[in-house]
Amino acid sequence: MISELSWIFFSTLLINNFTLAMFLGLCSFFGVTTKMDTGWRLGAANTFVLVMTAVAVWILNTFVLAQAPYLRTIAFIVVIASLVQIVEMAIKKFLPVLFRELGIYLPLITTNCAILYLALTQTTRGYNLIEGIVYAIGGGLGLTLALILMASIRERLDVADVPAMARRMGLVLIIAACMSMAFMGFAGMGSTG
Amino acid sequence: MSGHEHSHGAPAAPTPDAGSSTARLLFTLAFFGSLGGGILAYTYQQTLTPIRKFAGEKVEAAVKEVLGGPATIDTLFLVGDKLSQELPAGADVLEATKLFIGFNEAGERIGVAVEEWTPGFAAEVRLMVGFNPTTGALTGFKVLAQTETPGLGDKIAKDTSFASRFMGKIVNPLKGTKNPTTDPSTVQTLTGATISSKAVIKVINKAVETWKPRLEAYEKGGGK
Amino acid sequence: MTAIGVEIAVDAPEPIVPGAPSPQPLWLDFWRGIADDNPVMIQMLGLCPTMAISNQVSNGLGMGAATLFVLVCSSLLISSLRKVIPNEVRLATYILIIATFVTISDLVMQAYFPLLSRTLGAFVPLIVVNCIILGRAEAFAGKVGVRRAVADAFGQGFGFMVALLIMCIVREVIGSGTFLGFQLFGPHYEPWVFMIMPPGGFLTMGLMFLTMGWWGERKKAKLAEVAK
Repeated sequence: MISELSWIFFSTLLINNFTLAMFLGLCSFFGVTTKMDTGWRLGAANTFVLVMTAVAVWILNTFVLAQAPYLRTIAFIVVIASLVQIVEMAIKKFLPVLFRELGIYLPLITTNCAILYLALTQTTRGYNLIEGIVYAIGGGLGLTLALILMASIRERLDVADVPAMARRMGLVLIIAACMSMAFMGFAGMGSTG
Repeated sequence: MSGHEHSHGAPAAPTPDAGSSTARLLFTLAFFGSLGGGILAYTYQQTLTPIRKFAGEKVEAAVKEVLGGPATIDTLFLVGDKLSQELPAGADVLEATKLFIGFNEAGERIGVAVEEWTPGFAAEVRLMVGFNPTTGALTGFKVLAQTETPGLGDKIAKDTSFASRFMGKIVNPLKGTKNPTTDPSTVQTLTGATISSKAVIKVINKAVETWKPRLEAYEKGGGK
Repeated sequence: MTAIGVEIAVDAPEPIVPGAPSPQPLWLDFWRGIADDNPVMIQMLGLCPTMAISNQVSNGLGMGAATLFVLVCSSLLISSLRKVIPNEVRLATYILIIATFVTISDLVMQAYFPLLSRTLGAFVPLIVVNCIILGRAEAFAGKVGVRRAVADAFGQGFGFMVALLIMCIVREVIGSGTFLGFQLFGPHYEPWVFMIMPPGGFLTMGLMFLTMGWWGERKKAKLAEVAK
């Protein structure tokens, strides 16, 4: 049990990292990663929404959607949008400073494909509630890790002399390629098991 | 909500439907929700036949391949923890967990085929595994679905020489090695796809370990 | 004061929706999506599917066609219903409409292109959260007439497909040595497997942006020279 759960966690965190191996949530990955602070805060908000989605999807799959699998995509996206709305209202009320910092990126969590991907994969893999939550935490921390790493590199890039042609996105994408390559090294994990 | 505040705070802004009633908002959402649901239910009905046909054909082809072209195939269903010839009423044949038994022209059993997969591992691999339950020898395997790295891990499905390495190996349980081997229970893994090869070995071991006792219990019970 | 204000409003030929795009000929609405306002290369939207499934040309064609279908249908519907949908719930309604069309294309693909549907996997339902579609609904289709909305949707859809196919062709030809599955370089070509793996996706797109940056800089330098 524990070994299966830790497998789910580490393989989602490192080997199948949502951002660097599965190409999910790239909009915020490239859009928000100019500052370290916003990077990890957005990561935390995403992780929170991911975990709540995992719980909601489990409830939906167990009690509602068994009879109508064709409504999955619609049901999931509606639930995700409502969850994000609730989280947004909660943050606005209890953490107004954070709310101002995250600004436009909070509602954008809805269109972060990592969240819907999690909901769909959790369903096709048939994870139970605990496996689903562990999967969500692994995925969320993986996203956060990628955001922090990228933000810390881009903070340095701000003061670097970058050739004009690479200034827009070129260099950032090449850096992402290098990070993704480094993460491929984790694929060897667990091969002795 | 923000639309309401906006229209009250700045009456000059001519939003076309400032101040729609809550009833109208709910009605719009309910209308589009049920319209979408209705259209999808219809599309689902229309596409169900070809989707199921393809899924059935895929399984049948895989069974034939891993058993080396049997003359006839019997199907047993897993009901609870026991094998049975009949499905409980109302159960879906496609969704049910099944064991296929292949016979040659003389009516002798050449092997059984089952679907097995690795849940939650780094490499998610779904296989059709064929083996001889008497000797434990493999008759073949076919990759049904996998989420492997294209170009490396997906060699387990594309490299035909890999499948042939498993032919006739005795699952006792199966082990992997990087070097060529003649050991009857050891298989040489693919270069550059060691992890995926090991995932295949894991699934095959799991298939034989779970299904052999089930089949033996079924036969002890007189095949009912 | 108020009377004048009302008079002006009555004189205006058409109620102007705030933030509506300025009027343009129809072909420009179409062409903009392919070139000047390309969703991937200029607006940087829809990056996830562009990188995730671009390791084979056939994937790109399938994904591009599915996205085009959803984009055109949802733009058509949203534009024709734009006066009926209350402003407060417009985004929720758009998402419902988009999700319906996405599920239709997912089911149709599963039924008639089962192999393609299996390789694309979760990325077909993920079209729902492709920012290009919701972005066009919010910025364009919800504010203009049907003909303009459809022209724009075709432009953005084809623009997405063009970007996708460039990525696919580069990655499949170098990474597998094939084009649409046909061998190109004979048996002795050792494919650069790297290109069809995840880092290859980032790298190919990075090179695409570098090329565009280089081209833009060159154009700028030429203009500066002419100005001198």
